[in-house]
Amino acid sequence: MSMELTDKPLITQKAHYQQVAEADHSKTLVGFWVYLMTDCVLFASLFAVFAVLRNNTNGGPGGPELFNLPFVLVETIILLTSSFVCGLVLLAAQRKARSYVVAGLLIIFLLGLSFMALELTEFSHLVHEGNSWRESGFLSAFFTLVGTHGLHITVGLLWMVVMIVQIVRKGLTDPVLRRLSLFAMFWHFLDVVWIFIFSLVYLLGSMS
Amino acid sequence: MLGRLTLDAFKHDMIVMGGVATMILGLLSLIFVITYLKRWRWLWKEWITTVDPKKIGVMYIIVALVMLLRGGADALMMRAQQALSSGTSHGILSSDHFQQIFTAHGSMMIFFVAMGLMFGLINLIVPLQIGARDVAFPFMNATSFWLFLMGAILMNTSLVIGEFAATGWLAYPPLSGLAYSPGVGVDYWIWSLQIAGIGSLLSGVNFFTTILKLRRQGMKLMKMPLFTWSVLNAMVLVIFAFPILTATLALLTLDRTIGTHFFTATEGGNPMMYVNLIWAWGHPEVYILILPAFGIFSEVVATFSRKRLFGYTSMVFALAAITLLSFTVWLHHFFTMGAGADVNAFFGISTMIISIPTGVKVFNWLFTMYKGRIVLTTPMLWFLGFVATFTIGGVAGVLMSVPPADFQLHNSLFLVAHFHTMIIGGVVFGYFAGIAYWFPKIFGVKLNERIGRYVFWSWLIGFCTAFIPLYALGLMGATRRLDHYDASLGWQGLFIVAGVGVLIIMLGIGLQVLQFLISFMQRRWNRDRTGDPWNARTLEWATRSPVPFYNFAELTPISDRDAFWEAKQRGIDLRTPKTYTDIQLPKNTPIGFFIALLAFVIGFAIVWHIWWLAIVAFLGVIAMLIIRLSDDETEYIVPAADVRKFEAGEQPA
Repeated sequence: MSMELTDKPLITQKAHYQQVAEADHSKTLVGFWVYLMTDCVLFASLFAVFAVLRNNTNGGPGGPELFNLPFVLVETIILLTSSFVCGLVLLAAQRKARSYVVAGLLIIFLLGLSFMALELTEFSHLVHEGNSWRESGFLSAFFTLVGTHGLHITVGLLWMVVMIVQIVRKGLTDPVLRRLSLFAMFWHFLDVVWIFIFSLVYLLGSMS
Repeated sequence: MLGRLTLDAFKHDMIVMGGVATMILGLLSLIFVITYLKRWRWLWKEWITTVDPKKIGVMYIIVALVMLLRGGADALMMRAQQALSSGTSHGILSSDHFQQIFTAHGSMMIFFVAMGLMFGLINLIVPLQIGARDVAFPFMNATSFWLFLMGAILMNTSLVIGEFAATGWLAYPPLSGLAYSPGVGVDYWIWSLQIAGIGSLLSGVNFFTTILKLRRQGMKLMKMPLFTWSVLNAMVLVIFAFPILTATLALLTLDRTIGTHFFTATEGGNPMMYVNLIWAWGHPEVYILILPAFGIFSEVVATFSRKRLFGYTSMVFALAAITLLSFTVWLHHFFTMGAGADVNAFFGISTMIISIPTGVKVFNWLFTMYKGRIVLTTPMLWFLGFVATFTIGGVAGVLMSVPPADFQLHNSLFLVAHFHTMIIGGVVFGYFAGIAYWFPKIFGVKLNERIGRYVFWSWLIGFCTAFIPLYALGLMGATRRLDHYDASLGWQGLFIVAGVGVLIIMLGIGLQVLQFLISFMQRRWNRDRTGDPWNARTLEWATRSPVPFYNFAELTPISDRDAFWEAKQRGIDLRTPKTYTDIQLPKNTPIGFFIALLAFVIGFAIVWHIWWLAIVAFLGVIAMLIIRLSDDETEYIVPAADVRKFEAGEQPA
């Protein structure tokens, strides 16, 4: 990623800026990866907290009584499907197929929105049955871990709205494509986190 | 409308009122001076909206030095209280006020002095040392700084409006929980740290990427200067440790605001989990502070011994080993938790092991001096002082890593003496060495050496006077954070000696301020015209002093470790450009400042439960982010012809 002109005199000024743009792209991707790793550590802390508190039910109900696995499976399938569409969106973006990209983003947005609707349904159901985060260490950890993931999904939804507006107004320019690939990384990352929530919180939690 | 905020929040006792008056007077006189000199526009254009890491670095250091005065005043009050409050006398402070002071002292010194000096020097030097023109994410870098400043301002706001935490600098629950600390103090503590901590986390991502992606062509990893290596390792620690702090503070917030039970003593909470989490961040944090200081000493020793650093490769591996091991020792902060002999043995042994790479570094520095042509400048004095104090502190640390010994010494003044030896003798001496060493590069003026020596000796003598008695007191059974003790214990004499030590350190701080002033007044005589006043070795010296805003006019590829030294040896001129090219640089922007200002509002609003304000400010942050992240034209071009004029010392039209 040389930004150097003097030792390569044959490179034109335009090619130089091309190189600078590529270097920008590469450092942004690296930086975003590193940010995702920090987010990963944040989730790891919350998972650790959940692991410590999972049996501290304070005499109240635990995972086996509270979790509805088919319901969570539907959530999982919705999120996995959205990630698949996200992959298709990136492929379409490479072909500069603008309308496909926008359509794909809209589909991901709707899938993400329905995921959030389901999650909030589950939460309000729990709260109405008297099992809110105030009741025990276990429920505090559950709501916080799953809720933090939900908060990230909400950020993703907002990001998609901004991306759609940008694509419609600016087209698939280099900066827009760069942001799109960052968004894709973010969305896939949230999928990975969800897989861990599904396995460690819901599946393992239903068994004990 | 205003949540918990009432007029009562402004009522304080005399001593606090004195502090408030000092702060407000300071602020007013600052505003007066800026207005009188008509410098508001300049302040906005050149500093508040800047994205230049050199200016950001200077601002970090100024904030850190101001906070050092505040934290130092706290230290002085604590020492005065403990020197007086024996037997029938109860000193000058109430228990509650004393507790707020030691909490503020610790939080201030770690988060806003040590971290500020560290990120200041990193901002100033890392881009130069890797031969780059900028950091990877300049806007994010500015945002980090403003978040850091707003965190500091929020912590100081607690002095004026409300109260500060009375829990100790790490706010262990259940004491810091709602049941035992219902006031706003702990919330102030949480939000100052949360805001500054997120800034630090962003800086970690930024400088990690900067070092990996923006190095000068030819600077392979194993050719990087050791300061850069130490910063890379420290940033790895930031990346892994600070999210734990973010999460832990967030969980404590939830406990205090929406009634969760993470750290409560009842209903399924687990207070010891907080202690584990906070130290899983906290132990790496002390290495985050010390590693860059190690890096500075590596540069200083090599430069002033006129020798290549001894054992470069082993130095790099020692840094990496310390980085890895620093995550395996956190439990030694609470052996008394009662985790059992096996667990304590594991953490005791891993703590002892970490002294091995540290020892490797100390010996490598000493071997670098061996048969070198040593020049005893102030940076070198700081280094020699560091070797002595850091070794004493390290030995005390290894002693405490033995769990049975720790059961006796836990929470005693022996511990307080130990970590102050590491943090003053290691971190502070290191950053002062760095400031003295790089001052001419940044300001184009060499610091007055004579006053520099006075500063050093005041600090060294003051430090020994203040903390060696604490080792003795700790062994005599004095616990930390005492606001009163029985006269029959016979501790008062040693406490008075310790108080005198703090006064000597204060003299050092005063002399330091004097040194800056006198050096600027004498700038006609001690200006650095060469750009290389110390005959140094690394790339930051291969440009003019003070550094032009684009750092380097030409990015000549390099091929050696100690690139600048090698170039000098071979008679290659790295400074005069052979050809001029256009330079692309980031545009100034106020958005980072606005985001941090809104973060301050969010923090303040949540502390006082003014929920509508918190929501409005939060929406503001989102709006700011969307505006910034939709901007495609964040950079501008400095034409080659202008660069040529700047290099010739002219101003282009």
